[in-house]
Amino acid sequence: MAPLLEIRGVSKFFGGLAAVVDVSFRIDRGEIVGLIGPNGAGKTTLFNVINGFYRPSKGEILFKGKRISGLKPHQICRLGIARTFQVVKPLQRMTVLDNVIASAFLRSSSKREAVEKAEEILRFTGLYEDKDMLSRGLPLGKRKRLEIARALATDPELLLLDESFAGLNPTEQNESIEIIKKIKERGITILIIEHHMKVIMSISDRVVVLNYGEKIAEGSPDEVGRNPLVIEAYLGEAISA
Amino acid sequence: MRKYQPYIMLLLLLLLPLFGLSTYMMHILILVIMWSVIGMAWNLLGGYCGQVSFGHAAFFGVGAYTAGILYFKTGISAWWGLPLSVVIVAAEALIIGFICLRLRGPFFALATLAMGEVLRVTAENLRGFTQGALGILIKERTWVEKTWYYYIIVLIAVGAFVLVKKIIESKLGYYFVAIREDQDAAESLGINTTLYKTIALTISAVLTGIAGAFYTNYMGYIDPEIVFALHDISIITIMVVMVGGVATYWGPVVGAVIMVLLAELIRSLPRIGTAHQTLFGILLILIIIFLPNGIVGDYPKIKRILGFRRRVGTTS
Ligand SMILES: Nc1ncnc2c1ncn2[C@@H]1O[C@H](COP(=O)(O)OP(=O)(O)OP(=O)(O)O)[C@@H](O)[C@H]1O
Ligand SMILES: [Mg+2]
Repeated sequence: MAPLLEIRGVSKFFGGLAAVVDVSFRIDRGEIVGLIGPNGAGKTTLFNVINGFYRPSKGEILFKGKRISGLKPHQICRLGIARTFQVVKPLQRMTVLDNVIASAFLRSSSKREAVEKAEEILRFTGLYEDKDMLSRGLPLGKRKRLEIARALATDPELLLLDESFAGLNPTEQNESIEIIKKIKERGITILIIEHHMKVIMSISDRVVVLNYGEKIAEGSPDEVGRNPLVIEAYLGEAISA
Repeated sequence: MRKYQPYIMLLLLLLLPLFGLSTYMMHILILVIMWSVIGMAWNLLGGYCGQVSFGHAAFFGVGAYTAGILYFKTGISAWWGLPLSVVIVAAEALIIGFICLRLRGPFFALATLAMGEVLRVTAENLRGFTQGALGILIKERTWVEKTWYYYIIVLIAVGAFVLVKKIIESKLGYYFVAIREDQDAAESLGINTTLYKTIALTISAVLTGIAGAFYTNYMGYIDPEIVFALHDISIITIMVVMVGGVATYWGPVVGAVIMVLLAELIRSLPRIGTAHQTLFGILLILIIIFLPNGIVGDYPKIKRILGFRRRVGTTS
């Protein structure tokens, strides 16, 4: 069977700047794959290419064996890839519930169904108590959670999480780890960008490392953690434990 | 109680002409209701979907000219311009949408402004078709009395109100607001932003066009300076909604009452001439500063301030 997502020789240039260079890897169904690398390594850019905000300058991306590079973001989402944003993008003047309803409509045939699905997801992500709050009033930790809730409401097969743990306190981090494990139990495959090594190492089945846009390592968390290239890339940057 | 409010309002609207209002009063009422329709139309696109148009005269004018030209060229009653304008203005909106909706924020606003002006100049120059600056006069007026005009525009307004409300409470409404709040987020949540912006624009344009076609029938005379006016149509449309309350159901209605009355008031001032545009400009700035959410949107704030004043008054 074809892998769920296959990235084939993808590059993305911004003018002279090579943000992503000839990156290839695949993600199988049911995996949690960690995507790590120092600041500016091209992780978010790769997400933007996968979800259709950017066209790859070179290479192609296959989802369930079909080429998706060149499609629009909404088409890619409809096919089953949802994402969160590193810099959160809540629909500010909508309530938390309405945020999730708006995305639940994608696969609901009626408003009632969308509302029910949204409420279920808010319970699942622990945001139900805040459902009537305007999302701009949420503290950062919950906004990060709302990003996940909204993405889940589109019923994705593949979920792209961009630094969902940044800025969370340890309690919130543990809650989020639990949520991600539960998402995996739902059968959703996850590609997660994360700087917190503890998080990445504890939840990932596999880790891909980018540095200056290039893939420098790939393997189990243990293998990657011992890889000298990876240690060098992170040198000077404290590996947050 | 709140639930019955719209019905009481409707009953009141239907009974109003029976109170024997003067012709002038009826005229003002008709204008207020017509402007409510235009405001509701703009609000759908600008208020809910976040696509601020500075060129709604483009749709009002084409609606008005659809009725006018139909009458002038074929002799058919200009009332047929209402249904016909739906088709013509929808087609126009699709074309303008295709050109303008790829632009975001201020660029969209500027593009729509340009569209309105282009259409005005075109209408002035296509003399064989539009009679140019001479305008089109509807010689046979349907009614001398205002009553039927009033009922027709009330019907249109009620239809527009219900339509907008239904849309906003449905999937479309959620999508419109999502696009307003963050187009990239909306797109990544599976919302075809181009499609839904086009839908918002088309519905908004069609409602505005119907108001334009009504205007031709009601006023009996149109020319490009009037119906494609940048200030008197496009800008006033925005003001109606801003004064009343952006993205609120009743905002356009409240705004229309205020703007029409204000226009009448200013018109009655001696030696005012085109200075009335300056006055409107100042008003707009004051509103943006003090009531950024309009009268309906900032109603709690207004109540608080007035309540506060009253209490001060009683203690002193
Ligand atoms: N739209 C853009 N235009 C120009 N350059 C860009 C653009 N987006 C990203 N870049 C550049 O591409 C490089 C990779 O950025 P990217 O945001 O993908 O890094 P990242 O790995 O997500 O970093 P971080 O860990 O800080 O989030 C950076 O040098 C960045 O400045
Ligand atoms: Mg990033």
